[in-house]
Amino acid sequence: MNRQISAVAIASLVLLTSLIVGTTYWQTWAEGGLAAREDNSIQRVAQFEIRRGKIYASDGKTLLAANIRRRVNGQTLYFRTYPTHGFASQAVGYSTESRSRAGLEQEENAFLTASNADLGTFFSTLGDKLKGTTITGNNIILNLNVRAQNVAQSLLRGKCGAAVFLNPTTGAIYVMASSPTYDPNLMEEANGYAKIQATKAQCRPSAPLLNRATQGLYPPGSTFKTITAAAALDDKIFTPSSNFYDPGYCTEYGKHVSNALDQSGGAEAFGNISLFDAYVHSVNAVYCQIGQKLGVKRILDEAKKFGFYSLPPLETPTDARAASGLYFHNSLWNPKHPETDVDVGRLAFGQERMLVTPLQMAMVAATIANGGAEMEPQLVKEVVSPSGHVVQASQPHRLRYSTTPQTAADIRDMMVGVVQRGTGTAAQIPGITVAGKTGTAETGANKVYDAWFICFAPADHPVVAGAVLVESQLNGFGGAVAAPIAKAIMQAILPAASKAKT
Amino acid sequence: MTARNRELAYLIVVGALTGLGFASVYIARQSQVSWGSLSYAALFVGLYLVAHVIARVAVPNADPYLLPMAGLLTAVGITEIYRLGPSDAFKQGLWIIVAVAVFAGAVLGLRRDYRVLEQYKYLFGVGAILLLFLPRVPGLGLTVNGARLWVHAGPFQFQPGELAKIFLIVFLAAYLREKREVLAQGRPKDLGPLLLIWGGAMLVLATTNDLGSAFLYYGIFLAMLYIATARLSYVVVGVFLFLAGGAFAESKIAHVHERVVIWLQPWTTTKVYCPLTGTMALRQDCQSYQLVKSLYSIGSGGFGGAGLGKGTFTTATGQQLIPYVNTDFIYSALAQELGLIGASALLLVFMLFVARGMKIALQAEDGFSKLLAAGLTFGFALQTFIIVGGVLRLIPVTGITLPFVSYGGSSVVANFLVLAGLMLVSNRANSQT
Repeated sequence: MNRQISAVAIASLVLLTSLIVGTTYWQTWAEGGLAAREDNSIQRVAQFEIRRGKIYASDGKTLLAANIRRRVNGQTLYFRTYPTHGFASQAVGYSTESRSRAGLEQEENAFLTASNADLGTFFSTLGDKLKGTTITGNNIILNLNVRAQNVAQSLLRGKCGAAVFLNPTTGAIYVMASSPTYDPNLMEEANGYAKIQATKAQCRPSAPLLNRATQGLYPPGSTFKTITAAAALDDKIFTPSSNFYDPGYCTEYGKHVSNALDQSGGAEAFGNISLFDAYVHSVNAVYCQIGQKLGVKRILDEAKKFGFYSLPPLETPTDARAASGLYFHNSLWNPKHPETDVDVGRLAFGQERMLVTPLQMAMVAATIANGGAEMEPQLVKEVVSPSGHVVQASQPHRLRYSTTPQTAADIRDMMVGVVQRGTGTAAQIPGITVAGKTGTAETGANKVYDAWFICFAPADHPVVAGAVLVESQLNGFGGAVAAPIAKAIMQAILPAASKAKT
Repeated sequence: MTARNRELAYLIVVGALTGLGFASVYIARQSQVSWGSLSYAALFVGLYLVAHVIARVAVPNADPYLLPMAGLLTAVGITEIYRLGPSDAFKQGLWIIVAVAVFAGAVLGLRRDYRVLEQYKYLFGVGAILLLFLPRVPGLGLTVNGARLWVHAGPFQFQPGELAKIFLIVFLAAYLREKREVLAQGRPKDLGPLLLIWGGAMLVLATTNDLGSAFLYYGIFLAMLYIATARLSYVVVGVFLFLAGGAFAESKIAHVHERVVIWLQPWTTTKVYCPLTGTMALRQDCQSYQLVKSLYSIGSGGFGGAGLGKGTFTTATGQQLIPYVNTDFIYSALAQELGLIGASALLLVFMLFVARGMKIALQAEDGFSKLLAAGLTFGFALQTFIIVGGVLRLIPVTGITLPFVSYGGSSVVANFLVLAGLMLVSNRANSQT
């Protein structure tokens, strides 16, 4: 019998050895894969044991995200709290157990949980681990300007829309407002998510979680004439003084495309007019003719030079950003036969299937303001360790030269004309030269427009540039609806920004 | 050094380890537990010493390693159970006292000659069957987690299957000793008992929905049959029959089918029908929730583990992450807190226990003793494999306990009976030489 007992003994030990092999597999080879799984609640809970870094506005005092300590089953856990209840919510995002993370809370998680690869952070975290004390994350200071952001949010309240303002020479984002906003504290509450979704606003669905500034896609309307003009001037086909005849409409495929209705109801016809004045008065017929001369491909190439057709770089998650460009069936569309597939005249003044984000249009304005050099937009000013030393300070980063300094200067003058005597007079600020461009984009519904204003100031040494969009306004013209909001936001920024510059 | 002095020395080591374990939990969870927790360690050292004194009296020549190893496994179990929920640990502590008493009764009662049990083999056989079907009795049975394995009488709950396992081993040891020559001839008509037990195992499977126990009883039976007859063909035919029966059950019994599906595909990327709620859900959020959460627990332990008392078993709002974590899934809790090093060390203790048990079977003089020791040891090993293998997704997960470690009174009592049996056989084998 002993031989069989030995065989059974060996079989038993083999069975038990397989358990050690299995354990080794899950705890070494498969460990990373398990930890990365979205439903891995242990990883999620473990994150709550870390005292996340705080998020501040640019003044370094206004707390946008902080922690409350709570004891759960003997464990000290840190839950997020958002003391401002909705300041730039879509950009800051949230970190919750129930719905994971969004915004900067998601994308800057490594810094906020001190798991970034910085050597100093590594050693202080290691020290915390060995001592068994709570790991404290790095604090993040944003570029957001408290006053201007609040102005933007209060002026957009009740409406659907967005405002993005940044420093054209550094790319520092002063304002990123998306309306309606939401209180991120609701995220952890029972039914909080439903409450957020039920937020009332002029549009339906109100979609408060959507960051309209970076992922909302809207027809740019006449603000797109800036791109068309840049292409025409870059190619030296036209100069600002090139003359056109405006019959009040433009003929495409044998059909009339009328100029925008003026506030009194009839289509305007200017007769003989320069490219410069056609921009100032936003004459569609002229830009339609310029477009026909340039061709679809040329216009799209110019747009690409400004960053269209690629995701604008930003510290928020990629799924919360959208690329601007032509859209077909809800996805970015690069037409195979651009000259026949796309209506060039309508494209030239920002209709057709061209859809843009407010961030992209703010970048267009900033690029003109910065002499044709497009800067990377940055929400984060600096990352500071718990002990106060700077882990990472954002440096201005030039993305590309989008257009020549000469073209940028010409367009700047045209934009100054818009505010001084054109469609954008509502943006005038006493004592400061403002440059701007209105946009009133058809939405498909009769007399309902998306109202735009892109701008920068002061025109000769710009410290702020930006875009304002207000969705679906009945008879809402860019100059009347968006320009006053842009003016108020710039006024809130200008003193501080001018001081910072000197 | 005599065997018993050696045992005492090891028990002191185990006692010190138990103290360290509770101290570690205390340090990690000061806010939740009091210094009183250390009294558990003291209670255990006391209990080990009682068991040791009984062993000195009843089975002086028994293997000196078994009791310290059983003590260590029990201590690891109660420490983790205490860490997961102090009130469960108190109940478990009471059960361990009962188990030590049963152990004392068994070794003292049978110390002259445990082979008297052979005479009552059919009593054990019938007893095993009765115990197995006890949960089916209306008003007595209790369905837990889809399987009907429990009986309850007033506040007490008991899993009779654990005791049935030991009865079955005693019966088989006696029966096979008597019939082994006949069975060894391998005539077709002698396959009767094999088919009978196979049918019994399948019946257990069909009536209790319990894949694990059916596998366990049947595995023990095949191993003992092989030891008794030396015919590998029995094992081959037996395994084939079991697989055929298992496949049939998989196709006919929803609960068994579900276990297999969970095993093969715990994660889905699209929503599938969730029978628990009747809606569509990802499988990891529905049927395989427990297995998947347990794997996350094991994985998060990594190489060194989170440390005793430092693991994560509740959500940030305090809800339990892994259902049945202190019974069926205690291994995943231990793996998280002790890491690969600790979990492997724990499994090595199981392996050492099995090695000692098999050595006793080899040393025993008579067929009954050999079969009894080998049966008890193999049952111990197979049960460990079934539950830990299930937790590790090597095989479909089934709800049985991890010997000595899991929370559960019937399990602890039954395992102390296994210990008693092995020490009795060992004592006799060593006394004769």
